[in-house]
Amino acid sequence: MKVVKCYISSDHLPFENWHTHTHTHTHHKKCSSVPQFCNSPTMLVMVGLPARGKTYISKKLTRYLNWIGVPTKVFNVGQYRRQAVTTYKNFEFFKPDNEEAMKIRKACASAALKDVATYFSKEQGQVAVFDATNTTRERRAIILSFANERGYKSFVDFLSQQVKFGSPDYADRDCEEAMVDFIQRIDCYRASYMPIDDEKDRNLSYIKIFDVGSRYLVNRVQDHIQSRIVYYLMNIHVTPRSIYLSRHGESELNLLGRIGGDSGLSPRGQKYANALATFITNQNINDLKVWTSHMKRTIQTAETLAVPYEQWKALNEIDAGVCEEMTYEEIQEHFPEEFALRDQDKYRYRYPKGESYEDLVQRLEPVIMELERQENVLVVCHQAVMRCLLAYFLDKPAGELPYLRCPLHTVLKLTPVAYGCKVESFYLNVEAVNTHRDRPGVSEQLLSLSDPLTRIQSTYPSSLMHLQRYFPHIRTYAKTFIFIVYGHIIKKESHKISKAHILLFVFDRAKCLSS
Amino acid sequence: MLDKDVLEHGPRELHQNPLRKIWMPRTSNGLPQRPITQRRVCMTNCPTLIVTVGLPARGKTYISKKLTRYLNWIGVPTKVFNVGQYRRECVKIYKSFEFFRPDNEEGLKIRRQCATTALNDVREYLSVEGGQVAVFDATNTTRERRATIMKFAEQNGFKVFFVESVCEDPDVIAENIVQVKLDSPDYIHTDTEEAVEDFMKRIKCYESSYQPLDENLDKELSYIKVIDVGRRYLVNRVLDHIQSRIVYYLMNIHITPRSIYLSRHGESDLNIKGRIGGDSGLSDRGREYAMKLRKYIQEQNIKELKVWTSQMKRTIQTAESLGVPYEQWKALNEIDAGMCEEMMYEEIQKNFPVEFALRDQDKYRYRYPKGESYEDLVQRLEPVIMELERQENVLVICHQAVMRCLLAYFLDKTADELPYLQCPLHTVLKLTPVAYGCKVESIYLGVDSVNTHRNRPENVMAQRSTEDALQTVPAHF
Repeated sequence: MKVVKCYISSDHLPFENWHTHTHTHTHHKKCSSVPQFCNSPTMLVMVGLPARGKTYISKKLTRYLNWIGVPTKVFNVGQYRRQAVTTYKNFEFFKPDNEEAMKIRKACASAALKDVATYFSKEQGQVAVFDATNTTRERRAIILSFANERGYKSFVDFLSQQVKFGSPDYADRDCEEAMVDFIQRIDCYRASYMPIDDEKDRNLSYIKIFDVGSRYLVNRVQDHIQSRIVYYLMNIHVTPRSIYLSRHGESELNLLGRIGGDSGLSPRGQKYANALATFITNQNINDLKVWTSHMKRTIQTAETLAVPYEQWKALNEIDAGVCEEMTYEEIQEHFPEEFALRDQDKYRYRYPKGESYEDLVQRLEPVIMELERQENVLVVCHQAVMRCLLAYFLDKPAGELPYLRCPLHTVLKLTPVAYGCKVESFYLNVEAVNTHRDRPGVSEQLLSLSDPLTRIQSTYPSSLMHLQRYFPHIRTYAKTFIFIVYGHIIKKESHKISKAHILLFVFDRAKCLSS
Repeated sequence: MLDKDVLEHGPRELHQNPLRKIWMPRTSNGLPQRPITQRRVCMTNCPTLIVTVGLPARGKTYISKKLTRYLNWIGVPTKVFNVGQYRRECVKIYKSFEFFRPDNEEGLKIRRQCATTALNDVREYLSVEGGQVAVFDATNTTRERRATIMKFAEQNGFKVFFVESVCEDPDVIAENIVQVKLDSPDYIHTDTEEAVEDFMKRIKCYESSYQPLDENLDKELSYIKVIDVGRRYLVNRVLDHIQSRIVYYLMNIHITPRSIYLSRHGESDLNIKGRIGGDSGLSDRGREYAMKLRKYIQEQNIKELKVWTSQMKRTIQTAESLGVPYEQWKALNEIDAGMCEEMMYEEIQKNFPVEFALRDQDKYRYRYPKGESYEDLVQRLEPVIMELERQENVLVICHQAVMRCLLAYFLDKTADELPYLQCPLHTVLKLTPVAYGCKVESIYLGVDSVNTHRNRPENVMAQRSTEDALQTVPAHF
């Protein structure tokens, strides 16, 4: 069987992988860096009285699974209920003898289950988190038989301790009033509450979490994804803390507009390192851990902080393979097809003999796991790496991840809050080049390979400064040519400015306009 | 905890260690001062003492040995201290279960003595010899004994993590006895039936005084209770990273009989030319091997075999010939030789003679410039090992350096031996877990190939002659 390196187009996304020429049944599986572990979809069923942290865990787990590449979605029955009964009056709705309400609640659960089925069969979902109290054996039996009938695996997550709460139901109530009502609501469930019984339920796959995560009971873990879920749940905590993400200071190669490599800091980069040290000291952080990559520029940045730091090879910048240390123009010159492919699917695109963002995520998973275990951490890393980490904390999908803004000389402070993460951005006032390359915004026709010019022009980061060192007169040329390029260059004319191409590549549109 | 040295003199100059390609700051006296830690697994500052708990024949020694093998492989220096062994050294000849009777004063004295000796050795290992984890393998079935151990640990600044194995399934226990007890030095001169009977009576001696870890009484302790060989786990108060990894590992292993088949890809075009790395296709002989492999696999009649390959052409081509579904793992890719990719050893010697010498000096830790080291490979392969533990019958088609790492894990080879393990082309290694270790069968499928194994030459100094450097390079076209 001939094995060809091919770029799969149309319905599949282009990625660099060895793929067989003829479609055998083996290759309906995605050939990614992540082996496929979910053959049957899995339903994760939350169980617990209100205010046990079910929704918190549902959302967090979903965020993690999506990030590592397992399509996951939360189905929160409370939300269905809020849509059905638009105004919440009081806890009476939850009384076990309130027949009207019972009907609605059952209908909501069924609607949610139906959506789960759609998610699995039509939307290629792999894990569905069924977030509700599910406190009666009867309700759980309905869910489990639903799952069995359709060949879904099920895993029950049982939470038993009380946690703080903050819910849309009580958005405009006074705090104390809300508390009283909520406690009565919990009591409504308590009467019919049947926790998972270690004997009767011994054939179920479940995890019981006690005492805010200091104790776990794990029963019959069936497969890889369940084992990963258990491991994740056992590593997360709710202790307040902050995570600081920063790139290394500006590097010599940054100044030259070259990607990758292992250069040292530029003078401005060193200035940033000093500013970072001051910033960190002023933040007065309790017991801060500092992590860097194995690359010189992050280590130099950390050195200035004058505190112990750990080097992680996993935090190294994305490997650009044959494109290492090239400028974007050089990549366009030597590998125009590759360059175009990267813009078509930046997340999955793998540099020749290098890595993709998708590979990066795999590589960074142990870092995320350890970040979950730790408390206050400062991670000094690189652009692509920081994008991946940020996407995890801010729940950004694969499409957005490679375009997240992570400028040099800016610290992002992430603080977990409620169901998400608060982000504060601190620009430490030391100038640096811009290394961000936006998603090409041109229309479909212009995305063709024969018009790379237009794309480069509109997306290339500003390297005006460095070029001016060598060609102080370059601006005058730029004005003339910009005019042509803005008019959406016609192919014929583009040949005329063959030599000037090169000059055009380096000008940032905005800068030229202003000059 | 600010470093005064840096505050006074500014950031230190960085130098890259030539062997490991790691940037380290150099201080005025040339020595690295502040601990710059390389992220390996164990970030515990205090050593950890793992204490097994359970009746005899519950798999404590199995777990101890397996866990130790895993931890050493991922780079955490670990050692088992089996009290039973200390007892055997003390009481040269084992007579009968009577030694273990709870009313046997003489026996109790000896057993207590052995436990103390073992703990002293633990202290030596963790505090003096640089060990990071010690596994104290004994029944430790009474709360009193466990309290003694905890006091010992506290005095010495060790963290304690209990691993209890609870099992009441008579079949499992019987199988256990057959697999590991009958061959024990204790029963070497006893016939099978007698041995089993004696051992069952031995278990009985412990049963009456057994105090399992209790949810309430022991709720301040850090432990994992493994119930019915992993059907259920109870985990309490995991304190740090290493304990979390231990728990994850224990939750993924199983004892279902199965075999793991390790093979390299068929001979590749670059192999023939004596070039390392790259992403070439199979040679004619390589293709022949793939066909022979297919035949072999079919003849083996393996139940539900999973096939894994790397993402390099040569392993995928090999798998394609098998005609069964397979999964591609990027983690199984061959070691990245960085700047030396696709070079012949002669070329490496010519262009990078110092690098070549450094590699021979410490092949495990040596990192190719802009490439990887075996040490990096092990890190990369850890998820593969974890998944291999979860799976049953698996055929892994990979590469020389990768196969060496995997083999070292299963056969408990040290970091020094690992890079020199023999993994020739066109040979399948069948690994079958047995007793406390792994049985290896090597099956050569009868297709010729080049030899890609390069032994460590005698002269590893940087100034050596080209002849000395290339002394052990295998022949190629």
